[in-house]
Amino acid sequence: MPKREEKNSDLKLPPELLDLLTGVDELELEDVDITVDELEFVYQPGVLPAIQRMVAARAKPTSLLSSPFTLPVQKYPSQIVEVTLGATKSKGGSRGKSIVIGGEKSPAFYTFENPTPNPPVVSFDVFDSKVPLPKAVKMNFNDVLEDPVAWAKFSVEKFGADMITLHLVSIDPLNPKPSTPAEAAKTVEDILQAVDVPLIVGGCGDPKTDLAVFEKVTAAAAGERLLISTVTLDMDIEKSAKLIKEHGHVALAFSPMDLNQARELNRHLLEFLPKEQIIMDTTTAALGYGLDYAFTIMERARLAGLMGDPELQQPMSSGTTNAWAAREAWQKMDPQWGARELRGPLWETVTALTLMLAGVDVFMMMHPAAVTTLKNTIKELTAKRGRGDPAKIANWMSAKF
Amino acid sequence: MKELSPIDIYMLLPKTNCKECGEDNCMAFATKVVNREVSIDQCPPLLTKQYEKNYRQLKEMLKPAVKEVTVGVGDGAVNVGGKLVMYRHEFTYFNPTAIAIDVTDEMSDEELLGRVKKTQEFTYLYIGNYLKLQMVAIRSTSNDPEKFKATVKKVAENTKLPIILCSVDPVIIEGGLMAIPKARPLLYAATKDNWKEMAELALMYKCPLAVSAPNDIDLLRSLVKTMKEYGVEDLVLDPGTFTSAGLGDTINNFTMIRRAACNMGDDLLGYPLLGTPIVAWTEPASSPTVSAWKEAQVASMLVTRYADILIMHSTEGWALLPLTVLRQNIYTDPRKPVAVEPGLRTFGTPDENSPVLMTTNFALTYYTVAQDIESTGAAAYLLVVDSEGTAVDSGVAGRKMTAETVADAIKESKIEEKVKHRKLIIPGKAARISGEIEELSNWEVLVGPRDSSGIPKFLQDKWK
Repeated sequence: MPKREEKNSDLKLPPELLDLLTGVDELELEDVDITVDELEFVYQPGVLPAIQRMVAARAKPTSLLSSPFTLPVQKYPSQIVEVTLGATKSKGGSRGKSIVIGGEKSPAFYTFENPTPNPPVVSFDVFDSKVPLPKAVKMNFNDVLEDPVAWAKFSVEKFGADMITLHLVSIDPLNPKPSTPAEAAKTVEDILQAVDVPLIVGGCGDPKTDLAVFEKVTAAAAGERLLISTVTLDMDIEKSAKLIKEHGHVALAFSPMDLNQARELNRHLLEFLPKEQIIMDTTTAALGYGLDYAFTIMERARLAGLMGDPELQQPMSSGTTNAWAAREAWQKMDPQWGARELRGPLWETVTALTLMLAGVDVFMMMHPAAVTTLKNTIKELTAKRGRGDPAKIANWMSAKF
Repeated sequence: MKELSPIDIYMLLPKTNCKECGEDNCMAFATKVVNREVSIDQCPPLLTKQYEKNYRQLKEMLKPAVKEVTVGVGDGAVNVGGKLVMYRHEFTYFNPTAIAIDVTDEMSDEELLGRVKKTQEFTYLYIGNYLKLQMVAIRSTSNDPEKFKATVKKVAENTKLPIILCSVDPVIIEGGLMAIPKARPLLYAATKDNWKEMAELALMYKCPLAVSAPNDIDLLRSLVKTMKEYGVEDLVLDPGTFTSAGLGDTINNFTMIRRAACNMGDDLLGYPLLGTPIVAWTEPASSPTVSAWKEAQVASMLVTRYADILIMHSTEGWALLPLTVLRQNIYTDPRKPVAVEPGLRTFGTPDENSPVLMTTNFALTYYTVAQDIESTGAAAYLLVVDSEGTAVDSGVAGRKMTAETVADAIKESKIEEKVKHRKLIIPGKAARISGEIEELSNWEVLVGPRDSSGIPKFLQDKWK
């Protein structure tokens, strides 16, 4: 038995405990409570400098500690499909130029990761017959609102429209005297003659009527590569797709805010159409009246497409004009809410910008100020990195304005 | 967000099922904790000495990727940050973007207090929520610490809203702090030139501190690292807001920082983001309207792309309304259902002659229509038809709102026992199915306005 000695011990430890502690070099005590009235530390002379050195090590920094940033770049298994709208002479159409959208390899404007291959585009709305419009919009178009050809021309010439969306609302069977498919096709032809930008043609939302009209329109505009708006799950998808394919157009696949339906619709269309001829619209709800649902569905769709879901890899389109359904956009409100001539266009602008950040590639819009803002923003978001001069924004806090 | 399961939490709980938290057992409590419906502070045994280690471990596990920072004190305090995820659909966002309106120390008392009042009183009732502004940002254009101090004092005397002190001159910031030593304002900002003095002030007055590095995330991280070593823990990040040339850089920076914090475990960037769309006012513009437009437009993009605080100048209602509505939308919990319970609702005390209106069970539609009916003060019935949570136009177009579902709803609600007449007022956008509804239900259909804001006039003119 090795000799055990208790030295300097006021602690009387039981022998069994002492036995356990034999040969132990270090003892760690947990959850120790010490209650004292007074505690006196006695240092050996050499210990104090060591303690002082330890305290100095925790001293505050005197110069900046470097910590470089690594760009958080991610790689995705897939990319978004590229779709061409409008066909030039060499491709069988008569458009001045074509527009290409889609092709993204990253989420919207993650230019630290990948450049934006094709900037989003904006199309101006034109209705083929008189519809109620907010005052803020009407005042920009005045005389042309009852003549779709003049309206289209005005949009291109005065506002620089890159595309026109012709809404054939006159064909709606609920109208007292709905237009016939032949009449609708004639309007489309007239517009194609009047402007040379790529064209989107919209029906009235009634599945049977729209199909009958699309039959005539796709043939009349064969080769022009129109965007046919819209094909839905409750239409004869095979027939619609074959018309679109035969005459060289693009289908706008519309689903009511439901990703599973969006997938199902794309799945069906892909049986009859190449993917380069499909764009999808998952529904746009106005700011304040469902925009968050629209935004999240689009953001999820875009991310899923990049992550490899083959049924969500189409470029996206938005009926941004729906923003005007919000009462705050068009109503006269109490004076503190300002002029509706500003409030409304900003309402449409914010709706558009939010969805653009989710990845929308084609916007159908109405107000020229909203369109201009969107186009300017697109320019900035797709510009080369490093355009921002820090010196210009370093002193906003002391600036007088 | 680290994927946490209830089991991860449960393992660290007392597991005694004592029910002191109000739940039946510890597993139920653990599930609520994981869904962020309840804080672990609600478990009294967990707060005792015995479970101190577990408590600390749980706090660490539940720590948000973006730190939650408090500005101000008491009732008026505002929390910013506290984000768990980058994309709202991954869970939900917490702590809606705080909006601060600026004042300067060279404004007249009238202008100063006018702006403070406007900021405080801004309010809009939107679908049951009051939209408001959160803070006042006080800037020094005078460069005079005494003037700044006097302005800060005056602002603090006139509002409980938390304050942001804006200057890169530590002497001026100190002047401001001397006026409100206990108010815990956000100090804007520490830069590569003044970080030491700013850190000292932050520590002395126990304030959160913004670190600013325009368009330079390397420098931003360096500043954060240095501040943490210095002992300043409550930080806010300003990567610089460009409102014209460089806007792309700003959007990139906000995106990169949020991704680094949430998905790449970068602790140095795990702090709330501060945007300054007010910069739009320093650029030449043809009119103040143009500046306000640009500021609002950029602000809205930053709300969508991760900003936790915004400093703005405009108090124009037309500019702030779209912005505050957007913020409410983005910060709505996406997990909450889109639909309300179908069935019969009453307004006032309707009798056998009161009008019967119909709408869908889409939450947004329902709340809007309900608000419009309430505004009439009239007694009425509202039949909420199950359209699987779709609005009127998409419901009719998508065949979710049909004559059949309306006729069924009429039967199930037993409205025929409550009113003598058989007249149903339907939304204007459902006109398409009015004939079919009449055939199936044997009720007469009155096609109402296309927008529910027309209900008051409709009832006045058409309901006798």
